[in-house]
Amino acid sequence: MSALQLLWFILIAVLFIGFFFLEGFDFGVGMATRVLARNDDDREALIATIGPHWDGNEVWLITAGGAMFASFPLWYASLFSGYYILLFLTLCALIFRGVSFEFSANAETAGGRHFWYWALCIGSTVAPFLLGMMFTSLIQGLPMDKNGDIFAGLWDNVNLLSIVGGVAVTLLCLIHGLNFIRLKIDGNLRDRARNLVEKLYWVLFAGEVVFAILLFIFTDFFKERPISTLLLLVLIVALSAISMYCAYADHEGWGFITSGLTLGSIVILLFNGLFPRVLIADNPAHSLLIKDASASPYTLKIMTIVACILLPIMLAYFIWSFFIFKRRVKASA
Amino acid sequence: MALMSIGVLSLARWQFAMTTVFHFFFVPFSIGMAFVVAIMETMYVVKKNETYKKMAQFWGKIFLLSFAVGVVTGIIQEFQFGMNWSNYSRFMGDIFGAPLAIEALLAFFMESVFIGVWMFTWNRFKPAVHVWFIWLTMIGSMCSAIWILAANSFMQHPTGFAINQATGRVKMTSFADIITNPQLWKVFPHVITGAILTAATVVVGIAAFGLLRKHNHDFFKKSMRIGLWISLFAAIAVIVAGDFQTQQIIKDQPMKFAATEGVYKDTGKSAPWTVIASFDTDKHETKSSIEIPKVLSLLAYHKTTGSVQGMNSLNQELHAKYDKKFGADMNYYVPVKTVFWSFRVMAGGAALLLLTSILGLFFTRKNKDTIENKRWLLWVLGICTYTPFVFNSAGWLITELGRYPWLVYGLQTIADGVSPTTTAGQLWFTNIVYFLMFSLMGAVMVFYSRKIMIKGPDDDGAGYGATANNDPFSKEAFGR
Repeated sequence: MSALQLLWFILIAVLFIGFFFLEGFDFGVGMATRVLARNDDDREALIATIGPHWDGNEVWLITAGGAMFASFPLWYASLFSGYYILLFLTLCALIFRGVSFEFSANAETAGGRHFWYWALCIGSTVAPFLLGMMFTSLIQGLPMDKNGDIFAGLWDNVNLLSIVGGVAVTLLCLIHGLNFIRLKIDGNLRDRARNLVEKLYWVLFAGEVVFAILLFIFTDFFKERPISTLLLLVLIVALSAISMYCAYADHEGWGFITSGLTLGSIVILLFNGLFPRVLIADNPAHSLLIKDASASPYTLKIMTIVACILLPIMLAYFIWSFFIFKRRVKASA
Repeated sequence: MALMSIGVLSLARWQFAMTTVFHFFFVPFSIGMAFVVAIMETMYVVKKNETYKKMAQFWGKIFLLSFAVGVVTGIIQEFQFGMNWSNYSRFMGDIFGAPLAIEALLAFFMESVFIGVWMFTWNRFKPAVHVWFIWLTMIGSMCSAIWILAANSFMQHPTGFAINQATGRVKMTSFADIITNPQLWKVFPHVITGAILTAATVVVGIAAFGLLRKHNHDFFKKSMRIGLWISLFAAIAVIVAGDFQTQQIIKDQPMKFAATEGVYKDTGKSAPWTVIASFDTDKHETKSSIEIPKVLSLLAYHKTTGSVQGMNSLNQELHAKYDKKFGADMNYYVPVKTVFWSFRVMAGGAALLLLTSILGLFFTRKNKDTIENKRWLLWVLGICTYTPFVFNSAGWLITELGRYPWLVYGLQTIADGVSPTTTAGQLWFTNIVYFLMFSLMGAVMVFYSRKIMIKGPDDDGAGYGATANNDPFSKEAFGR
């Protein structure tokens, strides 16, 4: 494994962390348009909190996919063809919620508006669930042949760990979204978000314990990398605990950051467990390794140079755009 | 079921065609609209006339609708290469992934961040600052076109690569060669001018419908004038750029060129141009045709002499060149009828839009402005709203079908690129769902655009984003 291969494996992880941190709260706000909002004024205010950001946040997923294609084409090819139906349904969810922002605003009838509000809520719930499912099912060892073709059946996608994984990611996105709402809105909605998020943490802890046990049963993480896996699990629980403390103590900013970091550390846990593989086959001889899946050293070098130039510029204006919209959205009385 | 016997390959190709064509309704329209709106807002900054601000905001609403659909249908494309064409992705990953990743990192972030800022900060920044956000959005969207076309140009005309002997896959040897691919810099101007023509035509058309309804007269007429001037220049530019591109295609992909002109047999010294024709694609011959002498030489070489090689001899050459590697039973004839007629639709379309721009400008000229009495012309302009989408698709059909049977020209066949894991059942399911979703989104898009037109520029109650006077982050909103 070359240094550049390792670097790009880490970079892909970073892009997914960025995606879950950022789009995670978008998903959560989308869910909150049903679980928290009581009327359309509430919904409009909630949507306004992510209005300028959701599109840029989603680009992190597209960049992660593109970077995976560029740096590990074999990983990209096997993963995307192997998770055909899950990814297709994810796409449907992302499409419906993506157009719902504009469409609901242009709808004139209550029926039309509510159709797109529902599209936003369902899309925002289903997308993280399916992505969580995909990430937690691919660590269990896939029926993959030596060409890297994955012939996964329904039960390879849908099983106990992947369902718990999907639910956990969805729940965390909701918590993260509520923490974001507390930061970005004032008045009644801010209080209600607080009340709801406090309860949800208890469910999250239960979920994390079950997830850790299932991880032990269904994956080889504890066999391959016992110490780091254990440490990361502790980190995840610790971050959720801090986030919960902050939620109760009204440290809204830190509560938001730590719930995002919890999502991020789950991504780290998965990538740490995958290492030095990118896809785990049920037959260990067929597992796809970092050293075999990557693009040529030349392409990696080019991509590294490009990323070094573009990433800082991108991050600068990306952060700037959050700075512009740092004020709270006006909520209805 | 007879339908189920349609193979994975055909279904995957159908899906690619459907998803890219639908995506490409919105891409050129959005790129062009960003440009048109940027022009309008710039005029507001320069002339300080509120009408232009209203204009930028009004057309901005339609731009935002299109942008949203363009974004979500674009995600499909990135996933699709892996989902349906995994062997292609493995074979081409070393080349193809890089432009896609750069497109995301450079262009997608830029356009999505600045469009968000542009939408919500009309009251926050001075006009001279705010206008930059729409220009940056436009530059971002144009950058994205460069990178995706760089990827496509490699598939049309591979440059800067070698075959990795151990794996049999393509390996990048020169990044510079990939981004200086001659195809890329011929196709890019054609696509961008086509995009601007698309948006300008839609602005003119919607304004024409507005004038037919006899309200907001001045607003729609001013918009129409701007649209007409832009479409005039864009129509000329797209034809010129298309001519440059044709020269490149004659060099790199003579089979594609021969098919667009329906030439089976090598022509004589002075090639006649086939206006229309019927073909026997089994016997590889033209059944009957209407021809104009010398014009094809003129089109191809800009002089009255010069022969064009026909598909039959090209087919033999390709067999001689590739039979060793790909076998003797390859068919190198591209789908002649589709390519031939698509070219006529596209080129005829550009000519039509050039004509309507001239007519429109003539009847809206300063001294003798009589367009509102010419309802026939308003109807023609209105109906033209829908046409550039057909012309754009026709152009891409030529480009992509003209590549047949190659996925990557001379390197990988379409049949070799498809995912071995994907089943016909999966593809039927996804094709049907995509079709339903696209029908819904397309219909809603047209419906809401029409609503926006009917409501006119003075409505700023509804709509998220471009409703400038309702900034959810403003101090006033917060304090209220």
